[in-house]
Parts: sequence; structure tokens; C-alpha cells
Amino acid sequence: MTTVTGQGAHQAAPSRPTPATVWPTSAQGAHAMPTTHATAVQPDAATPFPGDHAIVSRGLTKRFRGGQVAVDALDLVVPRGSVFGFLGPNGSGKTTTIRMLLGLMRPTGGGCEVLGRSMPDGLAAVLPKVGAVVEGPAFYPHLSGEANLRRYDAADPTADPRTVRRRVADALDRVGLGAAAGKRYKAYSLGMRQRLALAAALLTPRELLILDEPTNGLDPQGTREVRSLIKDVASDGTTVFVSSHLLAEVEQMCTDLGVMRSGRLVAQGPLRELLAQRAPRVRVETAQVAQAASVLNQLGLGGLRTGDFEVTADLGDLLPERVNAALVGDGVAVRGFAVQRPSLEEVFVDLTGEGFDVDG
Amino acid sequence: MSTVETTTRGTPAPLAETLGTAPVLEGDVRSTQAVSRRPRPVRAAFRLLGSEVSLTLRRPRNLVLIALAASVPVILGIVLRLVGGDDDAPAIVLQIGGNGLMLTFASMLMLVQLLLPLTVAVVAGDAVAGEASLGTLRYLLTAPAGRTRLLLLKFANVTIYALVCCAVVAVVALIVGVALFPVGPVQLLSGATVSVAEGLLRVAMVVGYVTLGMAAFGAVGIAVSTFTDVPIGAVAVSVVAMVFSQVIMLVPQLEPVRPYLLTTWWNSFDGVLRDPIAADVLGQGLLVFAAYTFVFGAIAWSRFTGRDITT
Repeated sequence: MTTVTGQGAHQAAPSRPTPATVWPTSAQGAHAMPTTHATAVQPDAATPFPGDHAIVSRGLTKRFRGGQVAVDALDLVVPRGSVFGFLGPNGSGKTTTIRMLLGLMRPTGGGCEVLGRSMPDGLAAVLPKVGAVVEGPAFYPHLSGEANLRRYDAADPTADPRTVRRRVADALDRVGLGAAAGKRYKAYSLGMRQRLALAAALLTPRELLILDEPTNGLDPQGTREVRSLIKDVASDGTTVFVSSHLLAEVEQMCTDLGVMRSGRLVAQGPLRELLAQRAPRVRVETAQVAQAASVLNQLGLGGLRTGDFEVTADLGDLLPERVNAALVGDGVAVRGFAVQRPSLEEVFVDLTGEGFDVDG
Repeated sequence: MSTVETTTRGTPAPLAETLGTAPVLEGDVRSTQAVSRRPRPVRAAFRLLGSEVSLTLRRPRNLVLIALAASVPVILGIVLRLVGGDDDAPAIVLQIGGNGLMLTFASMLMLVQLLLPLTVAVVAGDAVAGEASLGTLRYLLTAPAGRTRLLLLKFANVTIYALVCCAVVAVVALIVGVALFPVGPVQLLSGATVSVAEGLLRVAMVVGYVTLGMAAFGAVGIAVSTFTDVPIGAVAVSVVAMVFSQVIMLVPQLEPVRPYLLTTWWNSFDGVLRDPIAADVLGQGLLVFAAYTFVFGAIAWSRFTGRDITT
């Protein structure tokens, strides 16, 4: 199920509805949306209880002192156990949202709940269960990787000092830094630093991981490792909230998606459903463009577009083989025939615009 | 808190166990295991404080500052031994020739107005701004260190650092004093004489008093530190404020302001060298230190707990 939030969400912000009212509110918001983004779907049976959400925000807003609205009435719902991809172009408010979720910044409007506790009141109780990588790694340059992890572990009042040695070693091994544990942080490469930040997030068993661009600076091999690490963590039931602008990465590991644009959440829901919103298209390669177009037209296919030696159209409910048979039956010499499923990239560009100021 | 103690206090046993027939002994074992997950705020706070102190005392810069301060009694001792004091020198310095213990007091007198506060300002100014500039502040707070808790521990760390500075200076001065000069009953500024043991006790009192004076200045430094993400800026502002206060002290027309200035009370530690000890002066000094600590602690707290962490 997918919700689209927009103007309607503003109405909800001051009243701070309980989690149970999030869905109807969002649905109202969807009706008020411009039709280009009318992708709203009503809540269905698959929607877990509000209590089953790892993160819920209602009208979450951050207006900076200069008046700039970084996050605008966000109604975020992250189901427990999901791998939630938080997508958006640079500057769309992802990091500010994450900072508010973690209590580093105070919202100027609305509120949020993390693991069932409202923030920032529940910070002390919730944060030990949350591992976070926020805006890249940050450590003490003159300390070793191991000493750095011990330092952060010491800051967690719930961490058991008797097991710190083992937990630090395990976390380092898990991110592949076991061999570099004693090396000073300033000698680490960017990829190693990123891994150390992940290790810090995995120091104790977590219910929620919040990862801001976790694969930044990693080579393809490292990216794959992080992806498998995230899948591994998620398979233990940990919810993973991962922000990224790397669409391929998100497509490969996320079950759910939220898309930000200029501080607003323009869509969220299971990845499957977001992708299903865009109809698959047929693409016919032929020299007889006009004739092919008229056949497709007769079959009732919409969204017809013609180019040099190709015609594309929305497939709709038709079976592709029927379309091909009709073309061949009409004497169109088909050089190539393909059904194009929409990629996440297309959905993303659809939602966020080609440039930053589309719909400004 | 020991394991035995927590076991006898008892963690609520699991429901099944309460209802079931589990023998008492087994229940005890289980509750001991449960204890390991129970938060132990005091112990956890000491753990983070230990981390703070080791981070501070392992930084070469902070150690160099301590070494510089500790070199003052060495240099002073050697110079006095070789050259001797001239008649213009303060009485306290002239007395060193007669008694090595006086080197401690003389060294403190030379350090307390500038070198010690500068040293403390470096660590205090770094307290919050240093973490902010590294970006480690956001990870400490998401650990979660807790803002009020972190601030209190930062203050405790600055106080410990000040204590280490003062104690190192005192110990080095004692060693040099004993090595280069005769040691015997201490003649106080007011003319009375006390035993060596009593003299050492008074050295300890000086260390304590000066530490608290430096800690109060540390509170000022930490307060400044919460307003910026640039540690050197925080250090500079607190140092300039200190020098400013000392300039004000030099203006005769502003004499009524003096009792309210932190810097006025730092060298009042010589009240320890009176007989009887000038408790009223020392008491007033401690009161001023407490007031500065409280006021600037409150400023730091209100700023730090309300602030957005953007680094």
C-alpha cells in the first residue's frame, strides 16, 4: 500500500493525531494531491498495527531560523521488520529527518515516535536499541578503531562493560575490520571509516538501524558487503531505515520505500507497489513505424509514442504475445519486441522531478 | 554495587518462575543473570568519565601543558639555588632559601594567575566544541550519552584535569624543594611556625583550593564551548575573558567590582599560610567559585540541552 502526502498533511500537523489516525489523514492528503502524483492507495489488510511500526512521524516539520523549511509535515510510517529505503535528491531533507528521529534536532512542528516511544522524551530508553550512522563516520583520529568503538560503547549507559571486548571484536569482524582493529583511525581509508561507523552501530543487538548513506565511499565490493550485512541484520528481525540516493542499491535491498522531495514525503509504501504503479510498456522496433502505431492504436493501447524505427505504448492488461501476433498478422516487420518494466529510477524521477525545481 | 548485593535485593523473577516450583537457588541464579541487563547509572557514569579522563590525559597537547606548568617549580628552584633571590622578591620566594616546602606555595603563586587557567581553558574550551567539530558529538548523543549527563561528566573531567595539573605542580615543587633546599618546620607568612606534616597538609589545601578555582573557570570555558563548533574559538573567548577580568582588577576606580571577579580570588590561597588559616577569605573565595560554577553551569546546560546538533 502506498500513501502520498501533500497539502492535506498540513491540516493534520497541529492536531498531532495518534498513530491510528495516520492512515486516514494521509489518504485525505492524497485526494488533495495534484493528479500527477495521484498514487494513493487505501490502507489494506497488510498494514500492521500502529504499534508495529518502528518509526511513525506525524506532521514532522523543521523550519530553520532563516525561515527555510527543511522538512515539511512529514507523515512517515516505517513498519517493523522492514528494510526501508529513504530516498531523495541531495538537500531534500533526509538527514534533517534522521537528526530529528535521533533527537539531535528538535522539530519545529509535529512529532515522531521511534520504537513506540515519542521523541525526544523517550531518547534515553529508545536509543540503546537503535544503531545509527548519521552523515558519515566521525571518530577520534588519534585512537585506534577498537579504542574508538570502546569510547562510544562507554557512552551507552546500558552497555555491559564486562562484554565490551568481545562485542567490539565481533562488530569489527562483522564489517571486515578485524585486521585493522589496532590501527589508528586517521590511517583508515574512507571505506574503512564507513565500515567502522557501521561497526559502531552494531555494538549491541539493535531493534532498529538508522543508516544515512551507509555505502558512501565504498568500492563496489564494499557496497556488496554492506548490502549483504544489511540483509543479514534484517533477517534477524531488525528494522533497517536506510537513506540513499543510490537507486540500484535501494532496489536491491529494500522492502519499503519513502521518497522525499524538497522536504516533503511524496510517496511511501512497499517497493513492489510503488513499482507496480507505473504500467509496463511495449517497445516495438520496426521500419514501419506508422503502421505499427496504428495496430497498437487499434488494440486500444494508450500512451503511444513513436520514434525513429520504434514505437512504444502502455501495455495495459494485454498479453504481450497478443500484441506481437497482431503486429505480425498485420504485416508489420518486427525487428525487436520488448516489454519494459518500470525501473525504480523512472518511478523516482517521476516523483522527484528531473531537476530540483520542477514544480518548484 | 556487588553482584551479591543485587542478588539479595532481588530482581523481579519471571512470572513463570514465581508461579512454578523452581527452587529458590535457581531463582537466584536467574536473577543474577537478569542483573547484567539492569541499568547501573552510577557505574555507567564512571565508565564514561574514565573514558573522558583517559581521552584528555592521552592527548599530547594536554600533557605538554602539564609539563610546562610543572617545569616552573624546577626552574624557579634551580634559579634560586644558583643565584638566590634579590631583596625585591616577594617574601614567599625569599623564604624558599630557608625552607624547600615554600617552593610549592611560590610556584602556585606564579602559575595561578595565567598559566594554570590557560591550561584549563584549553581542555574546557575543547569539551563540547571539540566533539562538535570532530562530529563525535552526534555519535555520543545517539549512544545515548544524554546531554545533561555528558555535560556533567565533561565538567567533572575538566575538574580532574585541573586537579592533576595542580597536584603535579605541587609534587614536582616538593621534590625539587626537598632536593635543593633545607626542609624543616614551616614559618608561615604571619610569623608562626608549623611542623613539616602540618606544612604538607597546607600544601594539600592549596592544591584543593586552586583546583576548585580552576574548575570554576572551567565551567566558564565549557559554557563558551557549548556556543560554538570551533574549539579554538571557545578557548580564545574564555582566555580573553579571563585577561579582561584581570585588567579590570588593575583599575583602581573599579575596586568595588573586584570581589565579584573570579580572578580576584585565585591567589587568595595564601590564606592557608596564615595562622590561624584565614578561613573567612578562603570561604569567600570558595563561595565565588561555587557561584561561577553554578551560573556558568546553568548557562551551559540551557544552551546544550536546547540546541540542535548540526555537525
